[in-house]
Amino acid sequence: MHRLLGLFLLAAGIALGAAPAEAHPHVWIVAKSEVMYAPDGSITGMRHAWTFDEMFTTYALQGIATKTKGVYTREELAPLAQTNVESLKEFNFFTFAKADGKKAKFEEPVDYFLEHKDGALTLHFVLPLKAPVTPKQLALEVFDPSYFIDFKFDDKDPIKLVGAPAACQMRFQRPNDDTANTQRLNEQNFMNGDNSNYGAMFANKITVNCP
Amino acid sequence: MPAGLARGITFTIAALLAVIVLDAAVHVLMAQNPFGGPRPAAEPQVGGIIGWILAKQSEFYREMSTTIRAAKSDGSAVWTLLAISFAYGIFHAAGPGHGKAVISSYLVANEETARRGIVLSFASAMLQALVAVALVAVLAWLLSSTAKTMCSAEKAIEIVSYALIAAFGARLVWTKGGGFMRALQAKPEPAMAAAHHHSHGHDHGHHGHDHHHHDHAHGHVHDEHCGHSHGPTPDQLAGPGGWQRGLGAIFAVGLRPCSGAILVLVFALAQGLFWAGIAATFVMGLGTAITVATIAVVAVSAKGLARRLSAGSEGGGALIMRGIEFGAAGLVLLFGLGLLFGYLAAERATCL
Repeated sequence: MHRLLGLFLLAAGIALGAAPAEAHPHVWIVAKSEVMYAPDGSITGMRHAWTFDEMFTTYALQGIATKTKGVYTREELAPLAQTNVESLKEFNFFTFAKADGKKAKFEEPVDYFLEHKDGALTLHFVLPLKAPVTPKQLALEVFDPSYFIDFKFDDKDPIKLVGAPAACQMRFQRPNDDTANTQRLNEQNFMNGDNSNYGAMFANKITVNCP
Repeated sequence: MPAGLARGITFTIAALLAVIVLDAAVHVLMAQNPFGGPRPAAEPQVGGIIGWILAKQSEFYREMSTTIRAAKSDGSAVWTLLAISFAYGIFHAAGPGHGKAVISSYLVANEETARRGIVLSFASAMLQALVAVALVAVLAWLLSSTAKTMCSAEKAIEIVSYALIAAFGARLVWTKGGGFMRALQAKPEPAMAAAHHHSHGHDHGHHGHDHHHHDHAHGHVHDEHCGHSHGPTPDQLAGPGGWQRGLGAIFAVGLRPCSGAILVLVFALAQGLFWAGIAATFVMGLGTAITVATIAVVAVSAKGLARRLSAGSEGGGALIMRGIEFGAAGLVLLFGLGLLFGYLAAERATCL
């Protein structure tokens, strides 16, 4: 029995070391998003406004020359906005859409700019869908799978449907809603590595149903 | 318990252990979807100890910016900042991370002492803090670089660090592989030995064909420890050159700065309190070192326990030990390759 115990301890030690490296958030974003509709009722894309936390704002602003100290104009921030949207591409803009269960892809962002207000940077950008969709159900998720960034939708007007047909109903679910009947991440499935989609538990879910 | 049965059980456990380690390694390698998209998977919620650790470090980290801001007008807030940084370091390292995994695997792969594990943990954590301070001091303070430049520098260091881990792992696999193969050849069909007497005859017959081992087999067949006679001894492994190898571990692990430290340093610099940021970074490293050292000591003790427990199983113990070392060496290599090629999620560089 001692033998078993010892080897179990060793296995546990190695498994502990080998568990996937998961991060805690280093960047916090307060998001406001719009689902954009064309006049014919099809969904054309998303408009995001992401406000960064104080620490990341400071980090992002370093080394940027300004005419007036502490005042950043949209033009002065343009190169940074360019860098931002280029970097976001690698992460699929943290926006994952499904139209009637089918993955909908986004194109490169357009109309992007940064705004510096009250000590915080806000990145505005429009994410057009590759092809407009007219689904019965649109399921959107905004989150960082590796949870380096924590996405929190604003308390006031988190999501807006712009130009949606009147019959469409929107449901928004924050990540800490207990309504989701989800599996708990406990030590057991943490140890056996079954947390491949770790960040998903912090996902913001938006569902739009149109009859 | 008959010796044969004991050995049978030992080998069964060794096989299970190998499966567990392999399973963990595969999970590690598969953990990160290289395409970055979400996977259709069950969505768990954070709970239990791990969830608590994540919540705590998140909380401490967020408090750092508020405290640095407070320290501008109230000097005593620096003490709060240091306390928070220390706690953050402890909790941050308690969550899974590659540094701790590499150090623990390295210690298990080698005949390292707990004391050396502690020294390695502290040295690599201090180097990590030093690199973060140097990076921010040179790029942000001296050169007024933009976030984009800092991010490129971070990524370059990251690649070098991961390549170092892979190279370090490859070297370990090379050396440990030899010991493991020798241990295997010394006991070609160990699990077949049903009884002690049978085992004697079998060994004798086999070694009869092998002139190199002939005398040895005749003289010591009853209490032969193959690992000690055919593989490298603990003395050889911990002997000269041991610290040089340790230095490799320190650099491989400590080269890549923590993204959190860089953000804190840049923020402190912007607030005109760079020194407070530097102090916080080193205290954070101290906290990290304590946790990593604790885990390293657990890993070393677990291996010691495994060695003692398998020692009774005439020769098979050596094979198990060499097997464990080989497996641990393989893990270091897998970590390095996994990190290098992006299959393994590490803390991201601060690039947005």
